[in-house]
Amino acid sequence: MANFSASTFEAVTCPACGLLCDDVRISCDSTGLLTVSEKGCAKSVIFFERAVQTSSPSIAGKSVSLTEAVNKAAEILRTSNQPLFAGLGTEVQGMRGVLSLADKVGATLDHMNAYSSFRNTLVLQNSGWQVTTLTEVRNRVDLLLVIGTDIVSHNPRFFERNVWNKESMFDQDTSSREVVYLGGQNIDTSAGISPKGVKPTVLPCDTERLPEVVAALRAIIASKTLVAKEIAGIKTSDLESLSDRLKAAKYSVVTWVSSDLNLPHAELTIQNITELVIKLNAKTRSSGLPLGGSEGDYSVNQTSTWTSGYPVRSRFARKHPEYDPHHFSAEQLLANDEADALLWVSEFNPDKTPPNVNIPKIVIGHTNMHAIDADVFIPVSTAGIDHTGTMFRIDSSVSLPLGKLRESSLPSLIEVITAIEAAL
Amino acid sequence: MLIKLSGGKVYDPVHQVDGKVMDIYIRDGRIVSRPRDDETIDQTYNLNGKVVMAGAIDMHTHIGGGKVNIARMMLPEDHRADPSQHSALCRSGCGHAAPSTFTTGYRYAEMGYTAAFEPALSPVNARQSHLEMGDTPIIDKGGYAMIGSDDYFLRMLAAKKDQNAINDYVAWIMHASQAIGIKVVNPGGINAFKFNQRALDLDEQNSHYQVTPREVLKALSRAVHELRVPHPLHVHGNNLGVPGNMETTLKTMGASEGYPLHLTHIQFHSYGTEGDRKFSSGAAQIAEAINKNKHISADVGQILFNQTVTASGDNMRQFANSTLGSPRKSVIMDIECDSGCGVVPFKYKDQNFVNALQWAIGLEIFLLTDDPWRIFLTTDHPNGAPFTSYPHLIKLLMDKTFRNDMFTTLNLDAQAMSTLTSIDREYSLYDIAIMTRAGAAKLVGLHDRGHLGDGAGADITVYTDNPDREKMFEKPDYVFKDGQLVVKDGQVVKVTWGHTHTVKPEFDRGIEKDIKKYFDTYHTMSMENFKVSSDEIAEGGRGGIVVQACEGRREKSL
Repeated sequence: MANFSASTFEAVTCPACGLLCDDVRISCDSTGLLTVSEKGCAKSVIFFERAVQTSSPSIAGKSVSLTEAVNKAAEILRTSNQPLFAGLGTEVQGMRGVLSLADKVGATLDHMNAYSSFRNTLVLQNSGWQVTTLTEVRNRVDLLLVIGTDIVSHNPRFFERNVWNKESMFDQDTSSREVVYLGGQNIDTSAGISPKGVKPTVLPCDTERLPEVVAALRAIIASKTLVAKEIAGIKTSDLESLSDRLKAAKYSVVTWVSSDLNLPHAELTIQNITELVIKLNAKTRSSGLPLGGSEGDYSVNQTSTWTSGYPVRSRFARKHPEYDPHHFSAEQLLANDEADALLWVSEFNPDKTPPNVNIPKIVIGHTNMHAIDADVFIPVSTAGIDHTGTMFRIDSSVSLPLGKLRESSLPSLIEVITAIEAAL
Repeated sequence: MLIKLSGGKVYDPVHQVDGKVMDIYIRDGRIVSRPRDDETIDQTYNLNGKVVMAGAIDMHTHIGGGKVNIARMMLPEDHRADPSQHSALCRSGCGHAAPSTFTTGYRYAEMGYTAAFEPALSPVNARQSHLEMGDTPIIDKGGYAMIGSDDYFLRMLAAKKDQNAINDYVAWIMHASQAIGIKVVNPGGINAFKFNQRALDLDEQNSHYQVTPREVLKALSRAVHELRVPHPLHVHGNNLGVPGNMETTLKTMGASEGYPLHLTHIQFHSYGTEGDRKFSSGAAQIAEAINKNKHISADVGQILFNQTVTASGDNMRQFANSTLGSPRKSVIMDIECDSGCGVVPFKYKDQNFVNALQWAIGLEIFLLTDDPWRIFLTTDHPNGAPFTSYPHLIKLLMDKTFRNDMFTTLNLDAQAMSTLTSIDREYSLYDIAIMTRAGAAKLVGLHDRGHLGDGAGADITVYTDNPDREKMFEKPDYVFKDGQLVVKDGQVVKVTWGHTHTVKPEFDRGIEKDIKKYFDTYHTMSMENFKVSSDEIAEGGRGGIVVQACEGRREKSL
């Protein structure tokens, strides 16, 4: 590995989760190894401090030049009738390239997180919602309702940055903010303890029974009378008092993480959440806040939507974009032999490996993947570490530039994709 | 490279050319008055009998940014009906109410438009707006930065900061968001909604800051003027869509105390409360006031009957209207102590009393406003109708018989409430060239666009002079962008990347100290990341930044 001049970077943007904290301090030693020295979290440490292994492009496990690998990838795509582009762990600039190539070869697109992001997208497309963004939460929230998640497994610094921040704009004593956890079992609720030591209200239930509980809460907020005295182990009176607290709050925020709602038709439960928020807005202010986000899922959906009109899952087989959240699932297409070539992208995370398939497989991914079983493997550099990029935050209104912290001899995803497109 | 456009009938209002037959020369992307003596002409287009104008400029169209993308994401059913295939030249996409970016660029160009301006670029979302406009081919673009409900600005007003400090902030915002204008939406109202206020009239106070929309308008219109930004403060007034809001609109005209104001989609702000249904046309009074007040300009925001989607920064009013949507769904957002947004799909119906009257009110305003340099052709895309309906709208303005025939098919109660058929005016080609070219370029501050004089960027549209003006304007014979033939017979023949127009007013950078402190204390992103760099916009070779002169243009009147 090349020599690096040791240096320290202030205010680095971290793409490891949907919060995109941009206050992280990182040092780089002379071997190119990065260390998170301030404002880190479990996710940023894994992301930035990962030791990079050397790997080279390969065809069927045999090292080749980049040009040979690119030509082989182009040949596979050229001779494929129904190519599938999946994984798609990338950011805006990479996705711009992926979309251009997909348009040319008539590919179907699916992101590795689509199974869970669809739980939100389907609500947006069916009824819409009323939501807010992180800076509004940081300055306005007085009651945070967390449904079916601990948040911090996905967004470790959420409470630190947006709930227990010391100063807020409207003279609120932030340490008196209230937190309620609803649903889930054995959830770590310690992040919800206020700086004064006030514990959050916790109303646990099995995740499978959240649909009933959320429906009941919505009904109570809509002033319906429930006959049942308890739902999934939660007393109806506790839900009634939660409803009263939400109605009394000036700016409540109701949050969930779609990947934690592993339920059949989780979109219906999310819709009950978003509709109860709308109901609250008849009298006071309340907002939803979907959290989570990883592997560039929000960036990929935003870029795909402005480019094609649709979020992924989409396909370009008929020379124009089509959208189907169910039929264009990579898992299903592969299971039904409806794809004849797979291109897998994961530039952030070497652990997000492609499924085993018996069709030609191109992997463009993190250098640590060593995807030697692939027909073509092309290691690429990582946006936010090795090259610049652009990423959307979980609240979708904010996008941030990703910086370059060190030199890399590897090409970026967009360079590889552009080369493949040129070689078609 | 020297191109000669030979013998066309030219409409160039900047130079008072009204249908004169003349030649136009293009050298390396710019118009030149005549070739040098030693120069040979590389290519000649024989335009005998054709109509020649500068490329059209849409000065208010929602083509890029968060709320447009929400509208796209929300409406797969609308896209499915209008797929756009990829070709050897063009990327695929989809059209109708909220088209994909590539399709937006192609369709504007195919209609003879060579520039379009996103009027509600929320500064915190500016990067996304520019990313989307960066994926919009051929046409030039730019944005008006939306402030006036942002907490930083309202804190300044509440603290009675002096005008110089406000000017510095406004200039800083324009630099940070790479904007060419400043817009205010429901002045102070988006912010008031976050404090649970549900309406805000011109002289009503924001419950937290104790400032009124009038104060917001005055401070911002003065800032824009004193910074010598050519585009006047772009105002989406309070009370959009509310019956009786014409009173607010008339008062708003006076709120800037003579500093220039552009009142956008004024049709939605021109309603009275007469009649059985307490909903009537205020067009006559509004047009009369525009005629009288020389510091006022307006675009209409015409509605046309069909499915569309309304996308606005005005989440206060969009929340109130969300139950009227069709299909019934909406997205309402509070955004980053900066702004808000509301997206509500809408279907305007000719047999609906209110919609039919809205249609008539828009046309009445067009026809009763005397000066085509101060009234602009928009549908507030996509809020009143998609931009692809402009040729139809031009026909309504230019063809009285067609207009009156359409009128007779509308809801009868609405017909009874409108004086439209008593108006004989028909717009001329010269008027249309003012509204959609010369006037629009002047209003936005594009010094080298919208005209065909020496040195102008060679954005030129050539039409066949068809008495059916809809047919004429929907399919130009040729469109040149910076001297390159990009459209022939209404089809894209070459894909280029347009410029992003900005202004960079001078200001005291000392203000960054306070702004940085504000970001560090209250925000969830750093001040440096809030700024969009010129390099980001030029990334991928897709056009670059053009900095237009910031030397003012309009005088304070009164």
